[in-house]
Amino acid sequence: MTQLWDFSGGVHPSENKQQSTSRPIRQAGMPEHLVLPLQQHIGEPAEVMVQVGERVLKGQKIADVTTGMGVPVHASTSGVIEAIELRPVPHPSGMSDWCVVLKPDGEDQWCHLEPISDYHKLDRETVLTLIREAGIAGMGGAGFPTDIKLRPPRDRKVETLILNGAECEPYITADDMTMRKHATEVVNGLKVMAWILRPSRCVVGIEDNKPEAIAAMREAVQGTQIEIAVIPTKYPSGGEKQLVQILTGLEVPSGGIPADIGVMCQNVGTAMAVSRAIFEGKPLISRIVTVTGKAVREPGNFEILVGTPVSYLLESGGLQEDQLNRLVLGGPMMGYTLTTDAIPLVKTSNCIIAATADELPAPPPEQPCIRCSQCAEACPMELLPQQLFWYSKASEFEKAEHLNLFDCIECGACSYVCPSSIPLVQYYRYAKDEIRKQRAEQLKSDHARERFEARQARLEREQQEKELRRKERAKAAAEAQAQKQAEAEQSVAEGEATDERAAKAALVQQALERKKAKAAQAAEPAPAAVEQPDIETLEKQLMQAETKLSTMQGMLDEARAQQADNVEKLERAVAKNHDRVERAREALAEARGQMANNTSDASSE
Amino acid sequence: MWTSFLIAVVVLLALALVFGGLLGFASERFKVEGNPLVEQIDALLPQTQCGQCGFPGCRPYAEAIANGEAINKCPPGGETTIKALADLLDVEPQPLDAEHGVAQAKRVAVIREDECIGCTKCIQACPVDAILGSAKHMHTVIESECTGCDLCVEPCPVDCIDMVTIEPDIRSWTWSPPEPEIIVTDRQGARA
Repeated sequence: MTQLWDFSGGVHPSENKQQSTSRPIRQAGMPEHLVLPLQQHIGEPAEVMVQVGERVLKGQKIADVTTGMGVPVHASTSGVIEAIELRPVPHPSGMSDWCVVLKPDGEDQWCHLEPISDYHKLDRETVLTLIREAGIAGMGGAGFPTDIKLRPPRDRKVETLILNGAECEPYITADDMTMRKHATEVVNGLKVMAWILRPSRCVVGIEDNKPEAIAAMREAVQGTQIEIAVIPTKYPSGGEKQLVQILTGLEVPSGGIPADIGVMCQNVGTAMAVSRAIFEGKPLISRIVTVTGKAVREPGNFEILVGTPVSYLLESGGLQEDQLNRLVLGGPMMGYTLTTDAIPLVKTSNCIIAATADELPAPPPEQPCIRCSQCAEACPMELLPQQLFWYSKASEFEKAEHLNLFDCIECGACSYVCPSSIPLVQYYRYAKDEIRKQRAEQLKSDHARERFEARQARLEREQQEKELRRKERAKAAAEAQAQKQAEAEQSVAEGEATDERAAKAALVQQALERKKAKAAQAAEPAPAAVEQPDIETLEKQLMQAETKLSTMQGMLDEARAQQADNVEKLERAVAKNHDRVERAREALAEARGQMANNTSDASSE
Repeated sequence: MWTSFLIAVVVLLALALVFGGLLGFASERFKVEGNPLVEQIDALLPQTQCGQCGFPGCRPYAEAIANGEAINKCPPGGETTIKALADLLDVEPQPLDAEHGVAQAKRVAVIREDECIGCTKCIQACPVDAILGSAKHMHTVIESECTGCDLCVEPCPVDCIDMVTIEPDIRSWTWSPPEPEIIVTDRQGARA
């Protein structure tokens, strides 16, 4: 017997499961159109790989996620792509999203499949890729890509692998019926996941209100080490964190994931999809959906093709439209009301409730909180719902966050027990979304500030660079100017210098001249002195002439002695010099005679 | 008599010196550069850099608020920003000053590209460098970076920039608060 723990809080709403478990799983058949939303998982929407008018085969990939987290979408049957357009999709907003509309050709022709008989021979990475390529995302409702979930962080070894077959929410029996009918496939899928993760313990948690499923699963796990844990029926024991606590006694830390404490939860439907992907090679194109509520004549579970419109499935269940008051997708605790039945069922849809007016009446108006604290007792996460409610209502989100608003799993137990019928969960969802929005805005504004500051810095830098360049240019220009000036100055200076020298020289000359003139003036009274230079020059000239004549005479004598040819020339030159000497003598004699006269005149005066 | 008086004076003087020294040391040791309040205010402003408040950008307005400017001059921030500022500064929140514009849905600038003449005027006007393009070539707005500040519309010589309100889609949708009931005592007979 597996040891079980309990989680605090929880509620016991009426189960309403027997309506849909009395009939075996039926095939829903082929609707006229299949609408395949491009985003049926958490992450990025897939990108279309086909064109309108193209014929596709059953199981053919028609859209894939190339960047970011996500899984591909496959054609649920063979047929022709009729449109790629915005269509209402299962979403609480009731808004539209991009969908591929497939018109089945009725042949239901499979594309080429590659089943793997012995996955042990492959490496784990290949098997994970196969799981991704099969388009498997968590089928419990969240739609988290399974292959990513099966890759826990390296430092977190998964010790316990839990298969979640609790299915605690009223009305829903899809997992119950899956386990009853496809127990072997579920166990095979679980084995594949266990082989990937290598946990030391592998346990299937099933609530004790599903004896048939428990029996079927017990039979299927015979001969394996997989445990079947029968847990008491209490809402929300199927919540991931609650189931982890029930089966291991460990609490998932606030803001963490089960992998943080070495645990991982997988859904029953996901295990079956993994089994089909590996052993049959088939992608996730069908699932089991519960159709229930008093407004359908034949409630039960249907194996539907992904993309089957809700309206078609309701017809199969025998909808009595006059009885229908409210159409709920999911369970009565966590599901949401649909505004139209023209939406397709996707990988994460598990239940359609066609409720009559007295079955799920319109929620009564909200009344003031009376602080009865029943919500706090019911809360499986041990939060303070009424405080969270006050702060959410007053838009004091920070305080709500401080009280661990984000640990709320939105199970609706608090709203269920509230005697004032306050839609508490909607307040929390609103508060969470507002906080997320504010965070996103904060991120965006921080980003904008960064960009703004970067731009300012850049502009400033450019300005500085410009300034610097301007300065450099100015400096260069100034230098050039200075150089030019310097050159000019230098040339001028040089000019001046020469002038100066010239001037000085001139001055000196002038001074000399003046001195000479003065000397001349001083010598004027004595005419002999005036005549003196003449006699001197004449004497000099005479002397020069005599020297030259004697040199010439010497040369002539030499030439005569040697009998040279130039004797005649030399004779002529000697004669000329003789004349010159004669004339110089005469001039000198004349000058002397004149001087003697002057002196006699002066002395006679 | 005088001794006790003197003792009192000396003790008080000594205390004054010790604490004065401590304060002086602390003011040097734990000196804060700039005004931290401005940083905090700036962090709350939406950083559209639109200048609708009358200041050239969010930071100058933050500085002005720190110096006593009114906190209700930021239309892009709207009620949320005023409330956050009021909380931070511990003042009464005021309604948005209509003089500086009204709060409106988030918008982005979109250039009608076939009309763009490539004048780069909008690029120079964009405070967050969200417009891409070069002279004589078509410009376009990087939507994810656009703050919707409006500043590029005015300089465009051919008026080819539109401010487009961002329509909520399925991915930006958020839960709204529950509708308040007018007559809370009318419980429609439920839970009798």
